[in-house]
Order: sequence, then C-alpha cells, then structure tokens
Amino acid sequence: MKHIYFDHSATTPVDGKVLAAMMPYFSKTYGNPSSIHNFGQNAVMAVDEARESVAKFLNCVPEEVIFTSGSTESDNLAIRGAIKALLKKGVKKPHVITTTIEHPAVLEPCAELQRGGVEVTYLKVKPNGVIASNDLKKAIKDSTVLISVMYVNSEVGSIQPIKEIGKMIKKINENRFKTWREADLKTRGDKPMPILFHTDATQALNFLDCDVQKNNIDLLSMSGHKIYGPKGVGALFVRTGTPLRALQLGGHHENNFRSGTLNVTGIVGLGAAVRELSRKKVDVNNKKIARLRDTLVKGIMKNIPDVVLNTDRDNATPSHAHFSFLGVEGESALISLDLAGIAVSTGSACASGSLKPSHVLLAMGIKQEVAHNSIRFTLGKNNTMEEIKKAIKVLPPIIRKLRKMNPLKKAE
Amino acid sequence: MLYSKQVINHFKKPHNQGSIKNADAVGEAGNPICGDVMKMYLKLSKNKKGQDIIKEVKFETLGCAAAIAVSSILTDMIKGKTLDYALKIKKDDIVKDLGGLPPAKIHCSMLGLEALKTAVDNRNK
Repeated sequence: MKHIYFDHSATTPVDGKVLAAMMPYFSKTYGNPSSIHNFGQNAVMAVDEARESVAKFLNCVPEEVIFTSGSTESDNLAIRGAIKALLKKGVKKPHVITTTIEHPAVLEPCAELQRGGVEVTYLKVKPNGVIASNDLKKAIKDSTVLISVMYVNSEVGSIQPIKEIGKMIKKINENRFKTWREADLKTRGDKPMPILFHTDATQALNFLDCDVQKNNIDLLSMSGHKIYGPKGVGALFVRTGTPLRALQLGGHHENNFRSGTLNVTGIVGLGAAVRELSRKKVDVNNKKIARLRDTLVKGIMKNIPDVVLNTDRDNATPSHAHFSFLGVEGESALISLDLAGIAVSTGSACASGSLKPSHVLLAMGIKQEVAHNSIRFTLGKNNTMEEIKKAIKVLPPIIRKLRKMNPLKKAE
Repeated sequence: MLYSKQVINHFKKPHNQGSIKNADAVGEAGNPICGDVMKMYLKLSKNKKGQDIIKEVKFETLGCAAAIAVSSILTDMIKGKTLDYALKIKKDDIVKDLGGLPPAKIHCSMLGLEALKTAVDNRNK
C-alpha cells in the first residue's frame, strides 16, 4: 500500500537537496567547529555558510543567528533567557503578554515565569483563531517587557497579524523613550526598557514573509524539520542589543548564548532548507498547495454531511484544512485513515493522553465535544492531486461507519 | 505501534455492533464532553439452573479505537454467559484479552464495564 502523508505540521520529509548538502559532514568533514585545525576549520566554514543563509532569509546579520536544537529550545531561550536578563538588569515587575493558542514551548515557560512572580497576560483569540490587535494594545502596560505571539498556529493554521503587532510595539517603544527623554531629569528615573517582540515562526517559514526588519521582530524561533530540513536543529534570531542570558551553560559556543558542540550536519541542513525558501519558490509552492487544499475542502464538504471547517482560509496558511466531523471521535477517524494508508492528526483528547481536547480549539470557542471530533490535514509541497482525490474517496465511508456506531446518532 | 493487533482487529471489524430493539436491559456510560460514550443492549433468558444468561448483546460506541475495541471484545466475553459471570469480569481481563492497551487508554476498559453494570442496574429497576 502506498502511504499518503498529510501531516506536514508535525514534520516534513528532508528535501533531496538538503540531504545531499548534509552528507559530507557526517564522515568526511567531521571536525568540531571549535577546533582550530584544518578539520575544525572546514566545519566552521560550513556552519558560517548556513548562518549566512539563515541571516539572508530573515534579513538580519549572521551574528544575530543562534543555532539551537529546534523551536522548543529557541522558545525557551527567547522567553526565559530574556526575562532572566531583564531581572538581572534590575527590572522589578516584568509583565509578559502572550496568547492562549501558543505552542506549549511558549505556554509552559510562561507558566514557569508566573510561578516565579512574573505577571503574564494571555490574549484570547477570535473564533477564527486570530488575536485582535486591539486586545493586545489594551493589554500593554508600562511594565510590559516582552510580547510573544506565534506567527502561524500549528493546529488550524491561523496567521497572526505579526507585521501590525511589530509596528505597534515599535511605536510604543518610541513613545516610551520620548516621554522619558522629555521628562524632568531629577524625577524621570532609569531609562525605560523597550518591549521585546518574540514570535515563534516555526509554522510560518514555508509560507510567509519572515523578514525581521519589515516585521520589527526582536526574537524569532525556527525549526529545521518543518521546512524539509532535518530534526534536532533550529535557530533563534536575536536582534543585536536584545537582553538575553543563556539557559544552557558549559562552553562558549554561539557567543556564550548556547553551549554545546555545534550540530554541524543539522546546521548545514537547516541552511540548505532555508535556501529552498526563496520568494519565488515559496510563491509557487503556496499556489500549488492552496489548490490541493481547496480541492480537499470542497470534496469533503460535498461528500460528507455535518462537517465544520475550523480553518478560516482567508486567514490561514495554504497548507491547513482542519475539520470537525460531528459525531465522530477524532482518534478513531485518524486510525481508520491510517489503516487506509493516509496520515493525518487530531486535536481530540483521546490522541493526546490527557482528558482535555486541544487548548487551541477550546480557545477558539469550539465546544469540547466538537473538538474531540477534529481531524487536521496539513499538506506539503510533494502532495499530489491524486492523493487528494484518494482522501476524498476514502473518507466518506469511514465517517459513515463510525457515525453508525455512535449511540447518540440522529434517528435515521 | 500504539495498539496491539487484537485492538486493531476489533476496531476494524467490531463484533456485535448495533442495537437490540426489544432489549431487556440497556445501559450507557461516559459522555461526549469527555469524548467517549458506550451503550450496551442485552437480551436475557434463563438457563436450566434458572440463572439469567445473556442471550444476545449489542453495543454502540462513540470513542477512540481502544473504546471501540473494548466494547467489541467485552460483548464477545459475555455473550451466552450468565449475568453473574459477566458482572465479575474485571478491567484487567479485558486489557489482557486485547493484548494490552496503552496506559492512557486503560480507562476505556472501565467504560465498557460501567455500561454493562448500568444496563443490569436499569433492568433491576
């Protein structure tokens, strides 16, 4: 049986070009980039090249790129590392703003900060999974030092207004300094801290403009394996001058921000993966994927009754199609599809091992019993129309069969 | 693999799935907010010793693959058996017969027993 992969939000296959770029660095050019001999220097050159590629992609300087093990580490370093630095600088009562739909890699560090006395505000989202910029504006206080808003939500694909937020923060920061500069020298106190803007862009890289200058971003998290690169590697963009302290100690790597021998093969792979994300290629892929996604949505809505599309296609990546098949528990639909050779994911509690369904779906105002019915398709650049047609054909009998088993089914 | 072969087989082709129109006992357990609902229908008769036996059993389940497999195997385990025997079945017996369940899914086996017990309780009312 040929297996079909519709779970690109979970991970992506390594692109052939990426793999080819990585291969020499396993057994041939295997030096430690910290070594000053020839072996080490050849490895450094490869790391430098990858750093330049990432910098070019983000429109920053290479020194502003810290390689990590992936977005989870990048998020931790950004949030906990920035607050650690600010507390060290003497900031008394830091206030952090984030959203209710972030990845746990952001939510859990924020919860940890709260336990340590830091104030955190969680912004709600509209039913389409997008925050209202006005809510953010209202939540900002004089003590706000960090705002962390994900670029794209991994579950439903909703795109957050990153550019608008960046602009808003920039303006507020300018006003903070202006007020301070113009205040009475005797009473104005210390120079105010600017608000730092962090975004977890893991799910955005494939589709959207991640220019940190245009979007006024101070900290940006990214991962290799979501962009047809290898697992176990990622990066954090840190704007020059951003207060940040290392969380992982024990060396002097990455300008003391992230100790640990560099993952050369992974880093080379990450560099090669972002080189595949030129504007032109992204545009072509976006168009192709959107066409497949829209065919899938149309086919499913036409062939299956009582389906809710939770992805607001006007405010989402072209890859996402997130459905609730009412009266069908998501995990059993997922297993049925898997047995038919189609890989998808679900926000149902039954798949997570916890008792609650996805926090993202609940934050969008979706009822628990409907959240349990969810099935997420995330398409990638290698998917074909033939695969979409197969899914449209395979799914209706699966849903019918599971609905027939449901004791709460509507009378026929 | 997350699930054993037995679980997958029961999930793919559940045994005794459906409902019984003139059932002698019907019981439901779970709720849709938690994601699982199981309903069990029993048709009873007496054996030579005058004990209640489960002549026929059907189930309907909204839930994950484990919940469906538990329902299916439980109906196999109790069909043709006395009520006393059926009520003595423990969750571990179900888990064992299914070739194990992932730890997070053990509670699904409870749901089946609850539906059975509720059915019997309802009948006695």
